[in-house]
Amino acid sequence: MRANRVVEGSVQGFLRVLGRTLESEELARRDGLLQSLDPRVKLLGFMGLIVAAAASRRMEVIGAVFGLAIVLAICSRVPLRTLMIRVWAGGFAFTGMIAVPAFFLTPGRPIWWLPVLGWAVTAQGFRGAVYLISRVETTATLSMLLVLCTPWTHVLKALRVLRVPIVLVVILGMTYRYILLMIGTAEEMFESRRSRMVGKLEAKEGRRLAIATVGVLLGKTMQLSGDVYLAMQSRGFRGEVYVLDDFEMRLRDWSWLAAFFALSAAAMWMGAR
Amino acid sequence: MPAAVFELENVSYSYERVVALDAASLAIPAGQRVALLGANGSGKSTLLRLLDGLCFAGPGTIRFRGEPVTEERFQDETFSFDFRRRVGLIFQNPDVQLFNPTVFDEVAFGPLQLRWPRDLIRQRVAQTLDDLDIAHLKDRPPHRLSGGEKKRVAIASVLILDPQVLLLDEPTAALDPRSQSQTIDLLAGWKDTGRTVVTATHDLDSVEEIADYCFVFQAGRLVAQGSPAAVLGDTNLLRQTGLLHVHRHTHGSGEVHSHPHRHHDPQP
Repeated sequence: MRANRVVEGSVQGFLRVLGRTLESEELARRDGLLQSLDPRVKLLGFMGLIVAAAASRRMEVIGAVFGLAIVLAICSRVPLRTLMIRVWAGGFAFTGMIAVPAFFLTPGRPIWWLPVLGWAVTAQGFRGAVYLISRVETTATLSMLLVLCTPWTHVLKALRVLRVPIVLVVILGMTYRYILLMIGTAEEMFESRRSRMVGKLEAKEGRRLAIATVGVLLGKTMQLSGDVYLAMQSRGFRGEVYVLDDFEMRLRDWSWLAAFFALSAAAMWMGAR
Repeated sequence: MPAAVFELENVSYSYERVVALDAASLAIPAGQRVALLGANGSGKSTLLRLLDGLCFAGPGTIRFRGEPVTEERFQDETFSFDFRRRVGLIFQNPDVQLFNPTVFDEVAFGPLQLRWPRDLIRQRVAQTLDDLDIAHLKDRPPHRLSGGEKKRVAIASVLILDPQVLLLDEPTAALDPRSQSQTIDLLAGWKDTGRTVVTATHDLDSVEEIADYCFVFQAGRLVAQGSPAAVLGDTNLLRQTGLLHVHRHTHGSGEVHSHPHRHHDPQP
């Protein structure tokens, strides 16, 4: 039964991700500052800011980039609550787990002693942990803003500006497209089974069913991939991929790209001092 | 009688040991609307894939405008481009056909593979979306579309190439009544356009609207052919091929009676 619950739990986890994906698409369609910019500007501009925040040795600079991300979120009508739940809380929890040992293990001047255990928190350890958490929160906020304010398909297309091979971009796009379809199929299979089940299954039977479900899903995936290939062939596909690059840079996009680069350069210069 | 666009002589096809098509011989005249009728598993979809050059006959010959449709011929880029330009297949399951990130990209896929000029592609995509009343969907990803919308996008993705021959596999399957009616209206509108339309279906209610001639299949064999009126009027043939069955039911008075009953487009 446990293995069964693991598979069902994974599928339900995927479904939650699907729900968030759909919500992200709603945000990406809103009228807002970031939504109005060319995806390539956002991708390159945010990459510059992420590198600047990650490389900075000064907390004021990391704080300024974080502040800029908040301002961009507000101007793009992204609810701060969404960022708080999806980025800040998770980032703090996961990075915190990594950073906490640094409080005690980093050699340096003690500033506080842990009650009962008496372990010393060093100034250098505290500083290192705060830097790690703030860098993670800042870079994760910028990455999430890019994804929330840009349809995923445009993010993938924008990757071409980084010379990512066109075949990889197309494969990623198709994976995104069909993973949503197969998650829906998996959910229907689980619902259909639940609707016909009475009582609890034995652990062995549960495992057998979980494996059978995975097998059926794999079979359906193989069938689908074969049919998709035929559908591509039917419309002239002969192994080479051609796509329509329909992005258009306007003066406004160029201005924002220049502004992002200027801010990133300034942050890198100030952060290195 | 116009020249045949497709000619089949003793064409057979098997999936491993399962025979899907058994020694089928038929001719599809240019400009005619043809229905391939048969119950599930009768070989209709296999025949469409053979006609579209997606799989190739074992024994037997298929000719397109007099030229053999073989795997070797498709190695020739000129033949392949010309064939794909002239013949379009609309799959039964639109999810198979909608593999691009957005509706716009989907409709542009075919022309891009055939290396049309980019400006012409943009213009033709816009025109085709307008023609099918789906311009408002152009930036939508396929997973956000309803069944009827997916079907229209799948049709648009083939129609943009303006093919002379359209092959449709169960075009009304799994659609709600409104979408079914819209799709049938679209197919009915292709009468007298000079386009050859081959529709595989078991939806007998729409056959007279979408076809001028019918081929009836059973277990991979071509068992009958004729005008829609002649085929639909032959109750024995329809019952024998699984397109009609005897339906028993009870009336409120308790009277039980049975009468022939047509299969109506079940879910795929």
